[in-house]
Amino acid sequence: MTEIASPVPPKTGNLRWAALREFWRYFSVNKGAVIGLWVFVVTVLIAIFAPVLAPHSAEQVFSKSILVPPVWQQGGSSMFILGTDAVGRDILSRLIHGARFSLAIGLVVVTIAMISGVTLGVIAGYFRGWVDAAIMRVMDIILAFPSLLLALVLVSILGKGLFNAMLAIALVLQPHFARLARAAVMSEKTREYVTSAKVAGAGHIRLMLVTILPNCLGPLIVQATLSFSNAILEAAALGFLGLGAQPPTPEWGTMLSGARDLITRAWWVVTMPGLAILVTVLAINLVGDGLRDALDPKLKRS
Amino acid sequence: MLRYILHRLALIVPTFIGITLVAFGLVRLLGSDPVALLAGERVMSPERHALLSEQFGFNRPIWEQYLDFVLSALQGDFGISIRTKTAVLDQFLTLFPATVELALFAMLFAILIGIPAGIFAAVKRGSWFDQVTMGAALVGYSMPIFWWGLLLIIVVSGMLGWTPVSGRIGLQFFFRPITGFMTIDSLIHGNWPAFVSALRHLILPSIVLGTIPLAIIARQTRSAMLEVLGEDYVRTARSKGLSPRRVIGIHAFRNALIPVITTIGLQVGMLMAGAILTETIFSWPGIGKWMIEAIGRRDYATVQGGLLIVALVVMVVNLFVDVLYALVNPRIRVQ
Repeated sequence: MTEIASPVPPKTGNLRWAALREFWRYFSVNKGAVIGLWVFVVTVLIAIFAPVLAPHSAEQVFSKSILVPPVWQQGGSSMFILGTDAVGRDILSRLIHGARFSLAIGLVVVTIAMISGVTLGVIAGYFRGWVDAAIMRVMDIILAFPSLLLALVLVSILGKGLFNAMLAIALVLQPHFARLARAAVMSEKTREYVTSAKVAGAGHIRLMLVTILPNCLGPLIVQATLSFSNAILEAAALGFLGLGAQPPTPEWGTMLSGARDLITRAWWVVTMPGLAILVTVLAINLVGDGLRDALDPKLKRS
Repeated sequence: MLRYILHRLALIVPTFIGITLVAFGLVRLLGSDPVALLAGERVMSPERHALLSEQFGFNRPIWEQYLDFVLSALQGDFGISIRTKTAVLDQFLTLFPATVELALFAMLFAILIGIPAGIFAAVKRGSWFDQVTMGAALVGYSMPIFWWGLLLIIVVSGMLGWTPVSGRIGLQFFFRPITGFMTIDSLIHGNWPAFVSALRHLILPSIVLGTIPLAIIARQTRSAMLEVLGEDYVRTARSKGLSPRRVIGIHAFRNALIPVITTIGLQVGMLMAGAILTETIFSWPGIGKWMIEAIGRRDYATVQGGLLIVALVVMVVNLFVDVLYALVNPRIRVQ
């Protein structure tokens, strides 16, 4: 606490730095969150350097090496550390390349869902009245459907594929952002700093985006993290059901879609992609828990 | 209370209109050719196209089609599958008990483990039990359940041979369905081996479907308990010299239960989504598998009707939970 309570008024740069440092102090208390962050960073690095790291290309078929077990099991080969699948592709290489898809899915879905959800939520919370009622009814209706079922039907009508799957998932995740943004804007709107900005002549758009929105960021960041992991899970589920990314794309869920027939013969084909999904999603959720503790002032020091 | 119920019922109307609009609009707006979608065919002659178009009423104004759609739905007519020539509602009703039975067992699993685990974690806050339980809960919450199901089949059914791999009951058992619940029907018929078989078939799917609710319930129970344990009335109860068991079991737990009940109620939609994956993995003949198969054979009359019925069921259950919640917690009614 001593370095923060300095008597000299800090410059803006320092202030931002101090805020960041304070955030890190709260965040790093949570050991799980720090571990999650590290795992996530490693996953990002794996995704970025996938072509360098992967021993083979994701789609290269070794027709003489079908269903080779992992290296530590009898019959395994050091050429295929995690074994090969039913067509003879290296599972490790496919998993490494698959990290790109999962992270890209999370990023794209959260970006779309957040931009559209927050825009709608801010408009609803700022203007209230019939605009609010109309927007929030639409959000309620989206939430009335089981999310995976709605996404499934959407994708099946729009056409199978990763892009449509991401759109559908973004659509079903967006109401959460809208609700949060609306609630946050409504509680901030009556504060004095907003009134003073209004008196100073700020227009609607400036009030919404520059004055109010930055002060509602905390819960939105937490929601974005949770949606990121949700998006990866839902996209994997769609891939598993055959409606998401299409084979031979090395998306983790898609890799599992044909694996049910192999459960008695080749456990590694089934186990590895799911483990990759679980570890990534778990890491992101750990970070999300840490962010919530660090950003939610009500929980601080409790 | 009556006012609250009426208010809550009034809110149903816009949701109902919205749900029907979505189900009606999805097939008509997003697809390239709604006639082909509803007929479940890819290629058809122009004559057949015109005939089906007439039959589905596509030549009438769109508002009239929608009105017809809603009025039929209100009378229990959710369309007819062109493929199987059966009413969507009939298909739904024969399969629904299987999903309900699975969902009930999954929730039983989640509640029986989740609530005690959450209570102990809160009471022993910071202990190794707390840390392990909450770690496990986060793993459960992050679980891709379709993979979890496959893993359990490999280990429990494959390597250990303890449970069957798929289906609801052994093939040798056959009896007339009365309630549609295998566990209840087998008991009504007095067929004990069939009952055991039905239970054994339920174990893995219930665990898979119940995993995420279990994680959520355990976390929610813990945080609700922690909040309540810090309250004045709990301190008073403690200082009166009541036994810890009585303080936790009666004074704290009862009050912590309210948010937990809400959480349990909120799982209904989630269970439906989870049922799609669970039923696909275990070949469980329920609503989830039915919807996936309808999508697979492009039977959009069934998809449209099924989507509508499922959304209506979730809507009604949520209404029920809200009213129940208001009964338990008077604070809600006043707002």
